[in-house]
Amino acid sequence: MSVGRQDRLRRFAALVTKETYQIVRDPSSILIALVLPLILLFLFGYGVSLDATRTKIGLVIEAPTPAARTLAASFQASRYFDVRLGRDRRQFTDDLVRGAVKGIVVIPANFAADQMKHGAVSPIQVIVDGTDPNTASFVENDAQGVLASWARIEGADTGAQRPGIEIEQRFWFNPQLTSRFFLVPGSIAIVMTLVGTMLTALVVAREWERGTMEAMMATPVTAAELLAGKVLPYFVLALLSMTLCVLIAVFAFGVPFRGSVVALYALAAAFLVPALGQGMLISAATKNQFLASQLALISAFLPAFLLSGFLFEIGSMPKIIQWISVIVPARYLIPSLQSVFLAGDIWPMFLRDIAVMLFEGAILFAIAARNTRKRIA
Amino acid sequence: MWGRLKALIVKELLAVLRDPRARIILIGPPIIQLVVFSYAVTLEVKNVDIAVLDRDHGAWSQELLQRIAGAPSFRAIVPVATPAALRQAIDREEVLAAIQLGPSFSRDIAAGRPAELQIILDGRRSNAAQIVAGYLNRIVTGLAADAARPGAHRAAATTLVPRDWFNPNRDYVWYTVPNLIAVIALLIGLIVTALSIARERELGTFDQLMVSPLRTHEILLGKLVAPLLIGIVLITVYVLAALFVFGVPLRGSLLLLYGSAVFYLAALVGLGLFISSLAATQQQAILGAFLFMVPAILLSGFATPIDNMPGWLQPATLFDPLRYFLVIVNGVFLKGLEPGEILANTLPLALIALVTLSAAAWLFRRRME
Repeated sequence: MSVGRQDRLRRFAALVTKETYQIVRDPSSILIALVLPLILLFLFGYGVSLDATRTKIGLVIEAPTPAARTLAASFQASRYFDVRLGRDRRQFTDDLVRGAVKGIVVIPANFAADQMKHGAVSPIQVIVDGTDPNTASFVENDAQGVLASWARIEGADTGAQRPGIEIEQRFWFNPQLTSRFFLVPGSIAIVMTLVGTMLTALVVAREWERGTMEAMMATPVTAAELLAGKVLPYFVLALLSMTLCVLIAVFAFGVPFRGSVVALYALAAAFLVPALGQGMLISAATKNQFLASQLALISAFLPAFLLSGFLFEIGSMPKIIQWISVIVPARYLIPSLQSVFLAGDIWPMFLRDIAVMLFEGAILFAIAARNTRKRIA
Repeated sequence: MWGRLKALIVKELLAVLRDPRARIILIGPPIIQLVVFSYAVTLEVKNVDIAVLDRDHGAWSQELLQRIAGAPSFRAIVPVATPAALRQAIDREEVLAAIQLGPSFSRDIAAGRPAELQIILDGRRSNAAQIVAGYLNRIVTGLAADAARPGAHRAAATTLVPRDWFNPNRDYVWYTVPNLIAVIALLIGLIVTALSIARERELGTFDQLMVSPLRTHEILLGKLVAPLLIGIVLITVYVLAALFVFGVPLRGSLLLLYGSAVFYLAALVGLGLFISSLAATQQQAILGAFLFMVPAILLSGFATPIDNMPGWLQPATLFDPLRYFLVIVNGVFLKGLEPGEILANTLPLALIALVTLSAAAWLFRRRME
C-alpha cells in the first residue's frame, strides 16, 4: 500500500514538473502572468479614475447683477469646474453636443440677491449631456454643492438666520477618497482571473486540440491526478503574479496595506479554486482555443470586471442581474481584498467569502473532472 | 481575379463559421452580454442600506429617518444600539453608510440651537459613498430648512433645475447599449482576425495558401473582407436590439453609422491581422489581441471619462479606435450628430486602418520570405 502511494506521489511530481516546464518555456504564459498584470495595474492606477478632475462647463450670466457675479465667482473658484463664461446659452450648445463642455449653467436675468431675502425662488438652470449619465450626475451634484455653499455665505452676509444642523461627514478607510485605493486592489482580482481562468483555459484547450491530452489519458494517470497536476503550477503562477501586483500596489501606488499577509494569501488561494476550476471546465468543454478564449472572456473576464462590484455597484443593478452576479467568484474576492488593503482583517467577512469561493470551486472542479473522464470512455 | 477573391472570402467565412459552436459563440453570448452588461454598467447608487445609531428618539430624529426611508435610493434602515455595532456593520460591508444622532438632536432643533449629526461612509467604495453622502446631505438640508422656526428669515431658497439633453430621464441603458455595440464589436472583431493567420500557420494550411496562385494582396483582401462582413452583421443585430429591445432612440443617420463602422472595423481588422502575422501560434495571437483589447477599452472613455486621466496619458487615447467610434455611435443614436462631426471622428479611424493594414501587409510579406 505504501509503495503504491509512493509511486503515485512520484508520478504526480513528474506531472507537476512537466507542466511547470511547459509554463516556463512558453513565452505567452510569462506574458500573461507578468507583463499583462503590470499593464493592467498601470492602467487602473493611472488611466481609470473616478475622481473627477475639473469638469469643463459653460457658465451663462444673462444679466451681470451683483448676485450673479458672486455666484459666478463661486463657480470659478470651485475646484470641480473649469469655467468658460458667456452671455447666452447658444454660445455653448454646439460645444455641449460635441462634448467640448460637459454642462451649461445658466444664471437667469432675473436672478438677484434681494429675491432671496423674501424667500423667492430664482432657479438656476443646469443643462447636462444626458448621453453620459455619470458625468451628468457629477456636474449636477457639484453645481448643487457650489450653489449651496454660495447661498450659505450670501445668507450670512444678508443676515438671514439659518437653523443649523451641522453635518459632520467622515469617510472611513479612505478619507481622501482616492479612487485608486479601491481600483488597484480590485484590479488584482482581475489579474488573478486572467491567470487563473483565461490562461489555464487556453493552455489546456490547446492540449486537447493537439491531442496531447489524450496521450496523457493513455498513461496510468487518473483524471483527478491529471487535473491536479495541471492546476498546481498555475496556482503557484497566479499567486506569484498576485504578489507582484501587491508589491506594486503598495510601493508604487502607495495603497495602504492594513490587513495581514495571511489573510491576503488565504483569500487569494480560496479565489483561485473556482477560477482554476472554471478554466479547466472551459477547456474540457470546448477543446478548442478559439472557443475557449471567447468563453473565458465572456464568462470570466468581463463578469469579473462588470458584475463584481469592482466599478459598478451590484445593489444598483436590476434584480435578475444581481442573481447572475451571485455566481461570479470575483464578487466574493473584491470586497474582501479591498478590506485587506484599506480596512484591516475582518475575519467574519473573509471567512464567509472564502467559504462561498471554495464551495463554488468544488462544484466547478467536480464538473470539470466529470467532463474529462467522460471523454476517455 | 474576382472569382478567386470571392472563393477566398467564402473560404475565410467558412473557416470562422463552419464550426457550429463557433457560430453560436459569435451570436449567442454577444447578445447575452449586451443585455446583462447594459443593465450592469451604471454608476447610479440605489438600494442602499444604512445604519442608524439614534440616541435621540425624538420628533426630529423620527422625521429624519422617515425622510431617508422615503427616499428612493435607500432600501433599509438598520437600527444599531452601540458604536461597536455600527462599526461592525460598516466593517463587514453590511451597510454603505451610517448616521449617528446625539441625545440632544431634537431638543437642539426645537430650541433653534445648531444640532449635530454625524455621517459615516465606507471609503472602500468611495465613489458610491460620495454619491450617498450627496443624497444624505440633501435630505438633511431639506430637514433643516423645514425646521426653521416660523418668523425667521428663510435663507437662500435658490434652486437648481437640471435638464438633460438627449436623454431626458438620464436613462443609463440609453448610454450603455450604444457604447456596448462598439465595445463588443471590438472584442469579437479583434479575436476573429487575430486568429485567422495564426490558425492557418498552426494547422499548416498557410503553406497551401502560399503555393496557390493567389497573390499576397489577394490573400490579405480576403482576410480583410470576411471579418468585415461578420462585423457588419453583428453590428446590425445589435442596432436592431438597441432599437427594438431597449428602445434607444435613433436620431441620426444609420447610413453614416454604417459608413463609419466600415472604417472602424477596418482599423480593428488591421490591428488583428498585424497581431496575427506577428504571432507564431493561436495562443500567442489570442493573448496579443487581449493585450491590446484591455487598454483599448479602459482608455476609450467608456468606463471613465478621458478628461479624468492624467494629462500625460491622454495623448495615448488618440491611437484608440474605440475612442472615436464611441463618439460616433453615441452621437448617431442620441444626438443626431452632424455629418461634419462624424467625419471628424471617422478620419482618424481611416488613418488608423490605413496604418495598421499597411503594417500588417508589410509584416505578412516579410514573414513569407
